[in-house]
Amino acid sequence: MSDATEPQAAGAPRDARPIKLACRNVWKLFGANAASFIRERAGKASPADIAAAGLVGAVRAVDLEIRQGEIFIIMGLSGSGKSTLVRCMSRLVEPSHGKVEFEGKDLLKISDAALIELRRHRMGMVFQNFALLPHLNVLDNIAFPLSIQGQDRATREARAREVIDLVGLRGREHFYPRELSGGQQQRVGIARSLATKPEIWFLDEPFSALDPLIRREMQDELMRLQTMLHKTIVFITHDFDEAIRLADRIAIMKDGEVIQTGTPEELVVNPATDYVAEFTRDVDRAKVISARSLMRACGGAEHGGTVSPEAKIASFSAGIVAAGKPFAVVNGSGKPIGEVTPQAVIDLLAGIERSGAGA
Amino acid sequence: MTVTASASEARPPVQRWLAIWALALAAVLVVFLLEDKVPWAVNYPADAVIPVADWIGGLMKWIKTNFSWLTRSITAVLGVPLDFALDLLAKNFKVGHGADAFTLPRLSWLGVCVAAFLAGRAAGGWKLGVLVGGCFAYVALFGQWTSAMLTLALISIAVPFCIVTGLFVGIWGWRKPWAERLIVSPALDLMQTIPTFAYLIPMLLLFGNSPVSAMIATAIFATPPMVRATMLGLQRVPSEIDEFSEMAGCTARQKLWRVLLPSARPTLMVGVNQVIMLALNMVIIASMIGAGGLGYDVLLALRALKVGEAMEAGLAIVALAIALDRLSQAIAHNHAMGQTHRAAGLHFWRRYPNLTLAVAVLVVTTLLSLFVPGFAAVPKAMTLTTAPLWKAAVNWVTINFFDIIEAFRVALILNVLNPVRAFCEGFPWLGAVFLLGLAGYQLGGARLAALVAALTAFCAVTGLWEKTMATVYLCGISAFISCLIGIPIGFAASRSDRFEKIVTPIIDTLQVLPSFCFIIPVVMLFRVGDVTAMIATIAFAVVPAIRYTNHGIRQVPPALIEAAKVSGCTPRQTFFRVQLPLALPEIMLGVNQTILMALAMIIICAMVGTRDLGQEVFIALSKADSGRGIVAGLAIAFIGIVADRLFNAWTAKARARLG
Repeated sequence: MSDATEPQAAGAPRDARPIKLACRNVWKLFGANAASFIRERAGKASPADIAAAGLVGAVRAVDLEIRQGEIFIIMGLSGSGKSTLVRCMSRLVEPSHGKVEFEGKDLLKISDAALIELRRHRMGMVFQNFALLPHLNVLDNIAFPLSIQGQDRATREARAREVIDLVGLRGREHFYPRELSGGQQQRVGIARSLATKPEIWFLDEPFSALDPLIRREMQDELMRLQTMLHKTIVFITHDFDEAIRLADRIAIMKDGEVIQTGTPEELVVNPATDYVAEFTRDVDRAKVISARSLMRACGGAEHGGTVSPEAKIASFSAGIVAAGKPFAVVNGSGKPIGEVTPQAVIDLLAGIERSGAGA
Repeated sequence: MTVTASASEARPPVQRWLAIWALALAAVLVVFLLEDKVPWAVNYPADAVIPVADWIGGLMKWIKTNFSWLTRSITAVLGVPLDFALDLLAKNFKVGHGADAFTLPRLSWLGVCVAAFLAGRAAGGWKLGVLVGGCFAYVALFGQWTSAMLTLALISIAVPFCIVTGLFVGIWGWRKPWAERLIVSPALDLMQTIPTFAYLIPMLLLFGNSPVSAMIATAIFATPPMVRATMLGLQRVPSEIDEFSEMAGCTARQKLWRVLLPSARPTLMVGVNQVIMLALNMVIIASMIGAGGLGYDVLLALRALKVGEAMEAGLAIVALAIALDRLSQAIAHNHAMGQTHRAAGLHFWRRYPNLTLAVAVLVVTTLLSLFVPGFAAVPKAMTLTTAPLWKAAVNWVTINFFDIIEAFRVALILNVLNPVRAFCEGFPWLGAVFLLGLAGYQLGGARLAALVAALTAFCAVTGLWEKTMATVYLCGISAFISCLIGIPIGFAASRSDRFEKIVTPIIDTLQVLPSFCFIIPVVMLFRVGDVTAMIATIAFAVVPAIRYTNHGIRQVPPALIEAAKVSGCTPRQTFFRVQLPLALPEIMLGVNQTILMALAMIIICAMVGTRDLGQEVFIALSKADSGRGIVAGLAIAFIGIVADRLFNAWTAKARARLG
């Protein structure tokens, strides 16, 4: 189970992937003369300064690098600035200060025509409340982005039918949005954003308006699509469980700032602040923490089995407890680099935290 | 400690305003009593009248002489589609001249009735189909077909014009906030308070006595709701849809036409419904400048005091109004609900069965009417007339109840109308300017005070003070009685769902009826004069008082009522201590609407012999004296604006206090 998803998340090859989208000291302040305020301060301002100037800091000093093909999740509660940040990345909201680099090129400096071109062919976005056009049926909704590019009817409908099959909506082509359930409507939203074959895919709380069961189904659907399509995904959510389920990396936002960026495991094992720790407290740690985090140097005892360093504890916890012996952690060439003891696993499962993990 | 402190802080302003008002009233009373000493303060001196009317008259004359090429070409251009619609629906096409001339028939009445039925069925099922088809059949069977189709033809050309104009102006106002604030909104406010009559005069002058000028007047009058609906609809498009269009890479034009406007369609359709109803109302009134049709029939019959005929034409208007209203409302409702899919890939006629069928029926019946006269015009044998019946009924009532009605009428005139009228007409103009300005200052500060005082002064300095006050008196009494009747009905409706179910369809119907229709039955009983005007106005203006009161009481949050009950309020206490205070701003809005509607109606009542600004406009209309008519029209609009602004400021204050 773990082997199927692990290669991508493995540490070394991921860092080698090129940076697709980067935020460099991005600010978005609301209020009069916000842009000149932050420019005069050379891109630095404390919350007190901002409040004193009568401004509201929606996004403050954000630095992020999103690599090609990863699922990058921006997590925060409502009002944390995550929606504004993702809109700064696509320039739906004009940042007050900073750079947004798309493949190294500053998005904020390109012309309107170039921006339209970029959005038409290389960016896609899915919205929380679906944002389907009420007067068009499923087929026309999905073909809409192609139609405004001037593609002829036959071409665009052929492409629309492809993505309709992809998201499993065949047979609903001629339904209107209001005739569909929420989950189906979001499938249309997803299909529509994929119709243009975008390279970077923004998903703004795509499943928040759905019932929990449907949400789970749609998360699985997203993972299925991603294994086929390998898009660069920027995913916004306020649901930490959802973030952990889907993310390669997570950025946690609070009051407009990114307070920590890392893999789910890094956040759980090494929360940067109490705020992050508060989020991670109720997480099912066995599904997040890997053998590498729990292993210690081999103690010379007999091993009951072997696991890879990236294997999640949950994937072998039953086995190790039944065996009653430590498992060897082996790297790619089969060489043991440490061991995980049954006691450490039991401590983790029982929630006896700091003693075992990260030791 | 703190309580007493804040109480003593809060009290002085109230006491100060009481003292100021007492002083002000006393001052005005003194002026009133010293009329002989300071006549210029009571009656505006005739030699100081500013001849605004002459200036405007001169300006219009100048426009007419210098721009006749423009007005003529507009008439010619607009005449083409209008003549086509008139020929198609009412007049038959005449092709060729002289001996070769032959006539192509208009659409067959039977076909139109069936098409109306099909449209109703498609939009709202069998019930609506029967209602709409029935209304058209009623018009046909009662011998009003040709007139009704003339009216319908004018509407069918004016309405698309209004929709397109309204759409573009609305888009402009939405795109440019400064234009909305500085130009569009004030213009709309003014357009909707200027009485319908006043539109007719410049049209008459510029475009002559013709259906085209009636159509232009109609188009101008009926456009504002479309502008408002467009701005509102565009503002209300969910921000995500707006963002989607950006992310899909729409250009500004694609975004507007392919995303925002289609998404705003439900609101736009509500605007279309209002446009249609206003256009109908105006086309009826525009019969005075050559629109012809049902309004003209009513006008002729009223002038000849042929009560039965007037009533018949009036009822045909009612039938047409109900049919158009229910049909366009059903379509708007369908748009609001969103579309449902049809099976794919069918032939046109299977995708649009109703449309195909309607067109087929129209074509077949119209072709048949070439050979069978019964299809071309409603056969005489089939038509009914109720005119003698109405006449007999009126005769019977007059014979049997003449004394009672007459006694009622005279008593009303002697005891209510005349004293109030004398008071109003004798009221010092300077005092009115001062008191209204004071009220404006208390409610909305110096700007409102200046506006209100200036508008009031305009009525005096143009020499129309007496007529203005005659209008105020009749409008005031009518609005007052409307509220006296309407607010209690609204209360009753808010407290009983069953009563509300009875009241709602009645006020819905009252609201769609063109103002003209209210006069007819009242004239039958009370003949011409102020009493008739008053009663017709009350019937017309009572609707908002009922509606807003009912709505205001019902929108009080249930949690507050439960809280009142839990703290042991009796139903009476709940009503007076909780519901009524919270509903008061809404009720005051209703009163405001009632006053504006009463004002609009009073003006139309000039036709039944009132002696106020309406009559001034009416006379100007018959003499084509544009300056006089426009000034009187502005005076009427200013009365409306003064009342509207003062009430709005008051309501805003009350709202702010309630939080």
